[in-house]
Amino acid sequence: MDIQQITSFHLDVLKEIGNIGAAHAATALSSLLNTKIDMHVPQVEMVTFNDMMERVGGAETFVTGIYLRIDGDISGGMFFIMPVEQANQLIRKLIHDETFNFAQSPSELGLSAMQEMGNILSGSYLSALSDFTSLKLYPTPPALASDMFGAIISIGLIEVSQISDYVIVIDTSIIEQDEKDGTEEVSGHFFLIPDPDSFSTIFTSLGVQ
Amino acid sequence: MFTNLDVVKVGIAQLDVAIHTQTIRTSGLGSCVGVVIYDESKQIAGLVHVMLPDSALSRGGQLTVAKFADTGVPALVEIMKKRGAIPFKLKAKIAGGAQMFKFTSNQDSMRIGPRNVDAVKDQLRKLGIPIIAEDTGGNSGRTIEFNPQTSKLQIRTVNQGVKDI
Repeated sequence: MDIQQITSFHLDVLKEIGNIGAAHAATALSSLLNTKIDMHVPQVEMVTFNDMMERVGGAETFVTGIYLRIDGDISGGMFFIMPVEQANQLIRKLIHDETFNFAQSPSELGLSAMQEMGNILSGSYLSALSDFTSLKLYPTPPALASDMFGAIISIGLIEVSQISDYVIVIDTSIIEQDEKDGTEEVSGHFFLIPDPDSFSTIFTSLGVQ
Repeated sequence: MFTNLDVVKVGIAQLDVAIHTQTIRTSGLGSCVGVVIYDESKQIAGLVHVMLPDSALSRGGQLTVAKFADTGVPALVEIMKKRGAIPFKLKAKIAGGAQMFKFTSNQDSMRIGPRNVDAVKDQLRKLGIPIIAEDTGGNSGRTIEFNPQTSKLQIRTVNQGVKDI
């Protein structure tokens, strides 16, 4: 399937995938942290690589990212990206260490907590996706990095960039409610970036042509 | 230090040229390589943000020349000649080609950083353009900005601050 043949109906179908995956991941995160975690309606768009950089506030935004590759019936990349300040708060809560900081020689304990969280979140996202589509998915173990968003996300564009200048990204952001004043803030993004030749398999598995 | 100058911003898989009062910048280089080619005598500098080593990897219809080392570097030199740069005076500074994630798997896309660096060096050698300075490899993202008046390439990383090469 040519990336140009993808219609708005197809994008809606992909939205459902983002919905189901991220809903499961948000539930997992919610029980892990014992707080209420919500999610936005997924955004599924065909964007240029440079538009992709604006998803989390520009190529230089300092983020913590978890990345894994998916193989099996379909292939692609998956990211869970948090602004580094949000990631710090999350890990401080998890390991009860107020000094933890991804920016300044982070402790092994905190790093492995983040790694483990990546395991849990991506695992629940992908198993929901696999159940929904009946496709076999084999993820690599997630890898962790804290750096500029552009530097991190570009590894997920390598496959796509061999075929196209556009990427179809399934972007679901999760939001956390502040316990004190009830304000909401985006705490992280799931990005699912299927390789271009995987789209027809996804659509066929869902009975869509 | 460059605050009073115009900045030409170059996105991923793009190229552009800056002169005199301008600087030229690209942000968030990971496995990609930023190639700066400049002519000190004319104070003109070009930058290409290369994503992939070889246009033979392209399986799509249209070819975006700035995306690949083997097409992007020569294309940049051609544009610079048109803007008045003198071919035998051209020099280069390069940065990027990091490996952002440590994976145990030996996947090709994981080694893309070093392959990009090698491909860029290959092209520069073919074109007879000497590399004056480089900051490549490692596992940090980089933002780079070149000033054609000083021929300095400023490199910013999240963990190691700012340096000039």
